[in-house]
Amino acid sequence: MNYNWDWAIFFKPTGIGSEIYLDWFITGLGWTIAIAIVGWIIALALGSLLGVMRTVPNRWIAGAATAYVEIFRNVPLLVQLFLWYFLVPDLLPEPLQIWFKQDLNPATSAYLSVVVCLGLFTAARVCEQVRTGIQALPAGQTAAAYAMGFRLPQIYSNVLLPQAYRIIIPPLTSEFLNIFKNSSVASLIGLMELLAQTKQTAEFSANLFEAFTLATLIYFTLNMGLMLLMRAVEKKVAVPGLIAVGGK
Amino acid sequence: MISIKNVNKWYGSFQVLTDCSTEVKKGEVVVVCGPSGSGKSTLIKCVNALEPFQQGDIVVDNTSIADPRTNLPKLRSRVGMVFQHFELFPHLSISENLTIAQVKVLGRSKDEAIEKGLKLLDRVGLLAHANKHPGQLSGGQQQRVAIARALAMDPVVMLFDEPTSALDPEMVNEVLDVMVQLAQEGMTMMCVTHEMGFARKVADRVIFMDAGQIVEDCPKQAFFGDVSQRSERAQQFLAKILQH
Ligand SMILES: Nc1ncnc2c1ncn2[C@@H]1O[C@H](COP(=O)(O)OP(=O)(O)OP(=O)(O)O)[C@@H](O)[C@H]1O
Ligand SMILES: [Mg+2]
Repeated sequence: MNYNWDWAIFFKPTGIGSEIYLDWFITGLGWTIAIAIVGWIIALALGSLLGVMRTVPNRWIAGAATAYVEIFRNVPLLVQLFLWYFLVPDLLPEPLQIWFKQDLNPATSAYLSVVVCLGLFTAARVCEQVRTGIQALPAGQTAAAYAMGFRLPQIYSNVLLPQAYRIIIPPLTSEFLNIFKNSSVASLIGLMELLAQTKQTAEFSANLFEAFTLATLIYFTLNMGLMLLMRAVEKKVAVPGLIAVGGK
Repeated sequence: MISIKNVNKWYGSFQVLTDCSTEVKKGEVVVVCGPSGSGKSTLIKCVNALEPFQQGDIVVDNTSIADPRTNLPKLRSRVGMVFQHFELFPHLSISENLTIAQVKVLGRSKDEAIEKGLKLLDRVGLLAHANKHPGQLSGGQQQRVAIARALAMDPVVMLFDEPTSALDPEMVNEVLDVMVQLAQEGMTMMCVTHEMGFARKVADRVIFMDAGQIVEDCPKQAFFGDVSQRSERAQQFLAKILQH
């Protein structure tokens, strides 16, 4: 292959405004992080609630959470994104529709759609992790908590969830990483996150290899950073004297 | 203190408890024994409403469990329970294990709860371990903490479900010693156990269960006395466990 690598490209002007190509990557990274973090907050909160619902001794509540998981896990992510972006706004009441389609800046409306989409999609996956974590605990823990006079919500918050979360930190980490990777679907509805900026750079500058190499490096660094962060969290909350929670 | 009246319980179509009736008076120590699967755990769990039953009633300290108006969490907070596998909360330190329910169920202040918890921890000989976690203690030590945790709630009665059967033999006595002391101090106790030495020493009565029924319910002297007076099933059971 006879390719002239030109790494200086990132510091050359794009020809649009006074930006250099590196600025595009920084903007893209900003969107990617903003999508992933807010989506993750939604996923963790809703997923935990659903995970708890799946384990409570009430058939209707558990059934509703199961239905949610089945739907959100089995419909492809892209289909979900198009539904949230193209269909759902049409179902909103008139004033909200106008606000979403006309008042909002197009990037903001795309951002809202993708955050809601990824949050709800990932929540179904978080739900399953939380459920697994809770079910891995010995039934005696619940019995002991009841025997001391705790009520069910207190049992979840004081006894079950603190143990379940510790067990599921590794799979939760991989969901957290997934939401960063999945955030690239936003490029398909015109949001200029990292992947979209990379493509645009490739097209504008014709330095396709440099652009994708830099994008790969950024995604890789993000992943490593997050993994180290989660390891640190895991270490911080590790219980002395326990290798794995679970007991006899 | 505990009055069990004609309790019947089914799991689906399988009857686990058949017409069980007995009384445990204040300060009495009653040992429940019987072969595996006879319903001992189920019966004792019915006493603090951990297991529901379909017929009959259990009255604990003048509170009826079958009465739908009964505040079950409140009732349970007054009945101490010790489990076979200890069931300490592994993510909490020993002192947190001793205080969490005092604070969150009884509404005691943190200071009050800690003072009470540490006093009881001292009593079971483990004060030095207050800041450790359950996983750092031996089985016998964990079970003594579990007893202290139950006592911290100032229970009117203590229930034990095979508290020593998950322990290595050399740790059984340290737990039994705590239980004997408790019995001698006048605690009302209902203990599922096969430790007949314990029964001989402190029990007032022994209940023998088989296939969901209370087959024998008699004073300790009678139970360990003239064996020929006992039912055939009790004789077989006693012969088996006294061999050990
Ligand atoms: N959740 C349940 N569903 C169905 N059957 C059950 C359930 N729990 C217990 N059983 C059955 O009820 C019977 C009594 O069980 P229980 O645990 O009370 O016996 P046990 O006398 O405590 O026995 P062990 O000495 O083995 O502890 C057993 O036959 C058991 O299989
Ligand atoms: Mg049992």
